[in-house]
Amino acid sequence: MSVSELDIKTPRQSTLAWLRSPWLFWGGLLVATWLISKFSFDIYRAFDARWIIRFPDAWQPDFETRISDFMDWLLQEAQVFGILFRDVTRGLAAVIEAPYDLVVGLLVDGVQRGQGNQAVQILPPLSWIGVIFAVTAIGHYTKSWSMAVLMAVCFSYLAVFGQWESAMMTLASVLIAVPIAAGGGLLLGVLAFRVAWVDKALRPILDLMQTVPVFAYLVPILFMFGFGPVSALVATIIYAMPPMIRVTIVALRGVPEELAELGRMVGCTPRQQMWKILVPSAKPTLMVGVNQVIMLTLNMVIIASMIGAGGLGYDVLTALRRLDIGGGVEAGLAIVVLAIALDRLSQAFSTRTVTQKAAQSKGSFLQRHRWSLLSILVIAVTGIMGLGSTWMQSYPDAAVLSTGQVWEDAIGYINVNYFDALEAMKNTLLMWFLLPLRQFFAGIPWGWGLVVTTLIGFRIGGFRLAALVFVLIGLIILTGLWGKAMTTVYLCGASVAIASIIGIPLGLLAASGATSNRVVGAFIDTLQTLPSFVYLIPVVMLFRVGDFSAMIAIVAYALAPAVRYAAHGIRSIDPQIIEAGIVSGCTRWQMMRRIKLPMIVPELLLGLNQTIMLALSMLVITALVGTRDLGQEVYIALTRANTGQGIVAGLAVAFIAITADRLLEASAKRMRKRMGLS
Amino acid sequence: MTYEKFITASLLALTVAAPVSADVENTDPIRMTMHDWTGQLLTTRIMGGVLEEAGYNIEYVQADYIAQFAGLQSGDLHVAMEIWATTGQEAMDDAIATGNVVSFGPTGMQAIEDWWYPAYMEEQCPGLPDWQALNDCANLFATAETAPFGRYLGGPVTWGGFDEERIEALELDFEVVHAGTDAALFAELESAYQRQAPIVLWVYAPHWAVARYEGNFVEFPTYEAACYTDPSWGINPDMAYDCGKPRGDIYKVGWAGLAENWPGAAAAIEAFTIDNATMGDMVGRVDLGGEDIEAVAAEWIAENEATWSAWISN
Repeated sequence: MSVSELDIKTPRQSTLAWLRSPWLFWGGLLVATWLISKFSFDIYRAFDARWIIRFPDAWQPDFETRISDFMDWLLQEAQVFGILFRDVTRGLAAVIEAPYDLVVGLLVDGVQRGQGNQAVQILPPLSWIGVIFAVTAIGHYTKSWSMAVLMAVCFSYLAVFGQWESAMMTLASVLIAVPIAAGGGLLLGVLAFRVAWVDKALRPILDLMQTVPVFAYLVPILFMFGFGPVSALVATIIYAMPPMIRVTIVALRGVPEELAELGRMVGCTPRQQMWKILVPSAKPTLMVGVNQVIMLTLNMVIIASMIGAGGLGYDVLTALRRLDIGGGVEAGLAIVVLAIALDRLSQAFSTRTVTQKAAQSKGSFLQRHRWSLLSILVIAVTGIMGLGSTWMQSYPDAAVLSTGQVWEDAIGYINVNYFDALEAMKNTLLMWFLLPLRQFFAGIPWGWGLVVTTLIGFRIGGFRLAALVFVLIGLIILTGLWGKAMTTVYLCGASVAIASIIGIPLGLLAASGATSNRVVGAFIDTLQTLPSFVYLIPVVMLFRVGDFSAMIAIVAYALAPAVRYAAHGIRSIDPQIIEAGIVSGCTRWQMMRRIKLPMIVPELLLGLNQTIMLALSMLVITALVGTRDLGQEVYIALTRANTGQGIVAGLAVAFIAITADRLLEASAKRMRKRMGLS
Repeated sequence: MTYEKFITASLLALTVAAPVSADVENTDPIRMTMHDWTGQLLTTRIMGGVLEEAGYNIEYVQADYIAQFAGLQSGDLHVAMEIWATTGQEAMDDAIATGNVVSFGPTGMQAIEDWWYPAYMEEQCPGLPDWQALNDCANLFATAETAPFGRYLGGPVTWGGFDEERIEALELDFEVVHAGTDAALFAELESAYQRQAPIVLWVYAPHWAVARYEGNFVEFPTYEAACYTDPSWGINPDMAYDCGKPRGDIYKVGWAGLAENWPGAAAAIEAFTIDNATMGDMVGRVDLGGEDIEAVAAEWIAENEATWSAWISN
């Protein structure tokens, strides 16, 4: 009462200002949503209108069956110029398979004649000594002796811990998938840069490629490309290509106008302009994209191994099915080691200096090619000698080290001694954080959910954003997946919150010095490339099946961008502003709270955006420990080979991701503008 | 071997230069799928080994249990040795309905699956294995999330099994928590077993878990078809599902074109049978004794020539 009386008395102008205040909007929305969520069940009872909480089946267009029917038609009957669509994709598969077979032959199988178990090996594969020598030489060539040592250590690890053959199998698929994804990404990026409509058309497609879980389209891919490594490669390429396209567009736009001007002045044709001027000068940024492609390719090895790619991913899966935690950890760490080696190598390649290149192109043929010639020599010698003494050809089994038992014992020790303490901690977090949050999201009726998200879209990005959000959320509701979508939002929301709470301070720490940066960097690199399956099983042993275990896995994977963007934000603050703070006598704490933190908010929002994307991409994996969200829906569809169901649920995940992405992007933009940063 | 067959065989052997006798229809590789559990690897290696003895060319392909159906339908893959009626029935029926996949009949092994507890629980809950003891000990099995009900760890939702209905019908004070995969299922068992903590969960056999951990299946009223369909059957007159779970066959399936291209191999696969005890023994030797899968399979082939030579005789 008293509040409204106050309202009437205040002058008209300030009433409006009060209404426009962000606190009223966000606070009001939260309170209203909370009340509606809490009493939605009572409202439904009071009006006896079940449609309030459950979107009626009769109103749902049957997307699932239609998509399934369409896919059936596409895969069985569709024709392109009189040729079966399936034969076209099978032809494509053969084109990819040829170089893959060649690389696998070089690294794993050797040259064989015949098929199946009647095949006869004619030539052995490259010996382990030869491969290690070659990568060491490449390390020295691209950067320095220390790089060479790193490469030697990484690849020796693979041999010493008995992961050689699987690692070479995985390396073979990386060597095929990365050039296709990076090259294809570059070409599409160039096309989008030059042709405006391609750019427009590509954007939503890229969003879908990155956010629809792979499991959703695995079955159609198997039909199109056959069961085996090629399908795995295709799925990997679809997943790994989008960042390359995005980076290419950004990199080309970032080329200084002066350079482009120069090209026009000397009379370049458009083609020369692109390939002689723009692409070479954008190379450092482009290499960031290549680096992303490598990382994402290695992220896919587990899923790829489920459809016949073999390699380290298969070892991880099999080990964990047998609860051989040690074996899983070792194979998983081999993936990390491979990722580190390839990552450092590609980074070194992108930062090669002009003097380095000049030095390498001097001297006689022998001098210039001493490394490659020496590598060929070592490969040939060990290959020939390997025919006599097998240890030269393949690393001797007797010298293989194993840490397997250590890991097993460690988990066993923690389990026996600390389970109760961990259980108590888990229960506290469940009671006070997870369960209330779940009730809150689960209670929101679909109608109100649509209203709220549209309102938020309007507030942040105006009419267009509101319309987009309305359509996306509306589609989710139409598919009847609102309840599962809310469970998804709850699980991801909780995980993202915790990832931010842990990740942002870690990022600030990383930005505070070179040593801390290296340590934190190595930590998050490992978390991101270690297949989540490896720690998922120990986590289940310690925390049981349920949302909590799923949350830990999501947090571990989604932590990286929160850390990276926070660190990047701090580093890119204008030093003059810091100077100003020091001059005006800020303490360290004041400096952080009053200057640094507010300055990096837009950066943090972008980090949050990426954290959400990664969290959503983990949903399918966490479905394996029994969650009840859209990820589980996708997984169930896969196990029932129901293409329609999988694609519908996968698209629902993508719509949530796109909604979150657009909202955060718009608010980061607003905030930058307000701070005068752009 | 008849004279004519001998001639053709020698001619074939000369032209194809295959290392083994070649009185088979053709030497294109037959692709057999391998999954990620020991029993299936053993059945596949045994069947593959026998077919190799007969002169067929076998290629082993790693494939996911469910995802493989896409390959079997398109003819990229040819044989899958273990499809459990209990976990793969739907996918199998769907695939067979397309006409591109055929069943080669049961393997002779019976899948058992039911509520299972570790042996040390019999001290803490003396009434076991009888199901009626479960309610007396429900509080033992309870956790913070399920209290006051006991926690029963069920299989992935897709396995079905009607556990929620069973709990209702038998008036058990339990709540089902679904594991997403069997890896998660047995991770929890391992954890509880290390701590000797109470647990009751879905276990199936033949499986290494039954060999590695000591324990028993809960004894529910024995399953009959009427139990699932007729509410009046059994203890609860108003509800169905007041009994244990049915035992299920484990089937061999394959690409429909198999019988055309390799009729002899198709017949051999159809004839293949093995029983639970033999398989359980071999699984134990691999998973507990640390023996090599291929070696164990080869040993079976060496010792049972009389059995398998009948499979490939026609």
